[in-house]
Amino acid sequence: MDNEIVVLRMQKARNKSIELLWSIFRYILIIGISFVIIYPLLQQISVAIKDKTDIYNPTIYMIPVHFTTENIRLAMSVLNYWPLLKNTLLFVCSTTLLQAASCALAGYGFARFTFPGRNILFTLVILTILIPSSTLMVPMYLHFRNFDVLGMVNLFSGKEGINMLNTYWPSLITAALANGLKSGLYIYIFRQFFRGMPAEIEEAALIDGAGGFRTFFTIMLPNAIPPLITVTLFAFVWQYNDTFYSSLFMSQSNLMAIKIASLPADANQYLPGILGVGAGSNVKVDPNLVSMIVDTGILLAIAPLVVMYLFVQRFFVESVERTGVVG
Amino acid sequence: MNLRRLTLTQKRAFLGVAFIMPWLLGFVFLFATPLIQSLRFSFSELKVAPGGYSLDFIGLKNFTNALSIDPNYNRILTESLTEMAWNVPMILFFSLFTAAMLNSKFKGRPIARAVFFLPVILASGAVAAAQSSGLIQLTGSSEVAQELGLAQNGFDPLSLVFMLSDAGMPVWFINYIVDAVQRIYEIISSSGVQILIFLAALQSVPVTMYEVAKMEGATPYETFWKITFPMVSPLILTNIIYTIIDSFTESQLTRTIYTTAFQAQNFGLSAAMSWIYTVVISVILIVVGILVSRKVFYYN
Repeated sequence: MDNEIVVLRMQKARNKSIELLWSIFRYILIIGISFVIIYPLLQQISVAIKDKTDIYNPTIYMIPVHFTTENIRLAMSVLNYWPLLKNTLLFVCSTTLLQAASCALAGYGFARFTFPGRNILFTLVILTILIPSSTLMVPMYLHFRNFDVLGMVNLFSGKEGINMLNTYWPSLITAALANGLKSGLYIYIFRQFFRGMPAEIEEAALIDGAGGFRTFFTIMLPNAIPPLITVTLFAFVWQYNDTFYSSLFMSQSNLMAIKIASLPADANQYLPGILGVGAGSNVKVDPNLVSMIVDTGILLAIAPLVVMYLFVQRFFVESVERTGVVG
Repeated sequence: MNLRRLTLTQKRAFLGVAFIMPWLLGFVFLFATPLIQSLRFSFSELKVAPGGYSLDFIGLKNFTNALSIDPNYNRILTESLTEMAWNVPMILFFSLFTAAMLNSKFKGRPIARAVFFLPVILASGAVAAAQSSGLIQLTGSSEVAQELGLAQNGFDPLSLVFMLSDAGMPVWFINYIVDAVQRIYEIISSSGVQILIFLAALQSVPVTMYEVAKMEGATPYETFWKITFPMVSPLILTNIIYTIIDSFTESQLTRTIYTTAFQAQNFGLSAAMSWIYTVVISVILIVVGILVSRKVFYYN
């Protein structure tokens, strides 16, 4: 009897110490990984406020000796920052809204209604996630180069269709028709969420005389805040960062993703002019300064996303848990 | 048609179709049509004219060109595939482990979660491209830039190699671990969505199971393998599929297909390349799907 108690106590003590060790290990890991994630960001901030005299000072690790806002100013003028940001935000916000709306409608339709062919159609939604976008690239490009639905443009104006390249229409149209960037995933998220909603709410609304659309907009949608936040955030961020579709359809447009990808070249080209050392083709600025400006420019590009994330991350993390991406 | 004559079920069916109508239109015009067109392009030579384009049927020539004449396509395809096979287990293991860690209770968990999802926000092709080309301009060579990028990690893997080989690990395994450690940032930044999926799965595991395990005296290690792992295993399949698709979206292969179409102006060859790649991915997904779903444990 006594022996058993001793054994149990030993076991308890062992479990306690293992638990303690595990929690120390966990803290070390979490802090380590967090450092790896944040480190590049800290480095970019450090570069952005560093004076160019500090580049060649090897004793400086992170915190510069001479602070300056010069880099930020230069990077802003190379990027033409404020108009660019305004333009990008306007574009990204409109595609995000369209995409969230069309995907929510489709998700609700798939989750709550039975109609012939529903399962086949939903399999097709999954197919749109699986087929790589490069397969559709060329036909889409040609399609928007001579945009013409069922030959209607040709019928009414006699022209060969409208060239929509380098306008925002291709992205807006694909977003509104729930076939934009990663739309399949968003439809899937919405469907999973709506399937989990109790059917009684809908039945009650139906008996009270609300039509399908009224039920959706006044009852289901206000309850669907968690998936809405998830989808809106994803749609916003991925559209903001997207280089694939934007360089395909709008290679000359004033969008952040495109400007950032060409930033190193632009910095080399325009910096001499901005610094007043002459804009001739053989005048070169110190490459270290160029790379500082590029780093600062990247920081400026992701700054809006980071600021937005700081505001919404609490809702985002909470909503993810209730979205039930699970199934 | 008179709506009043329809039964409730029929009305609901019409409503449902109305809800998915935008998607259906989009699917037909922006997905199905381009898909079929791209299949046609892959069997033809496409010439772009000012007012449109013309197609000449040339059979399987584009496919044989891509596989046997093009000097790079085979190499890039196999490279992308091996890279994927290399990355998927790392990302899966890392994201499952991280999700389990973030799911347990500890002080500062909200901050840790916020930080761990930051890569979902920041992972971006544009930023990465600008960063690497910035480094290339700095040093004048892409190889030096790559080495510099690795050196910036500031971690010397040699001590780890010695430690592991002293412990008697096989060489390929040591290579794998060292590679994982060196590319930790890359792995972290591509596992954001996977962590989200696993975390949502973990939240749905009944708390009572853990309570029972604790009362029976299970260690966290045992709890993980006996409860957590089997309960999230259905989501492992979802995550494998997502990771496989995701690993190809920014790959060298996609870039090759893009440049073949828009720089070399060879649209037919590009379509053939992308179809070979689609078929390869589909085969992988089907095989993986069948293999994994056999092992998966379904609760209920």
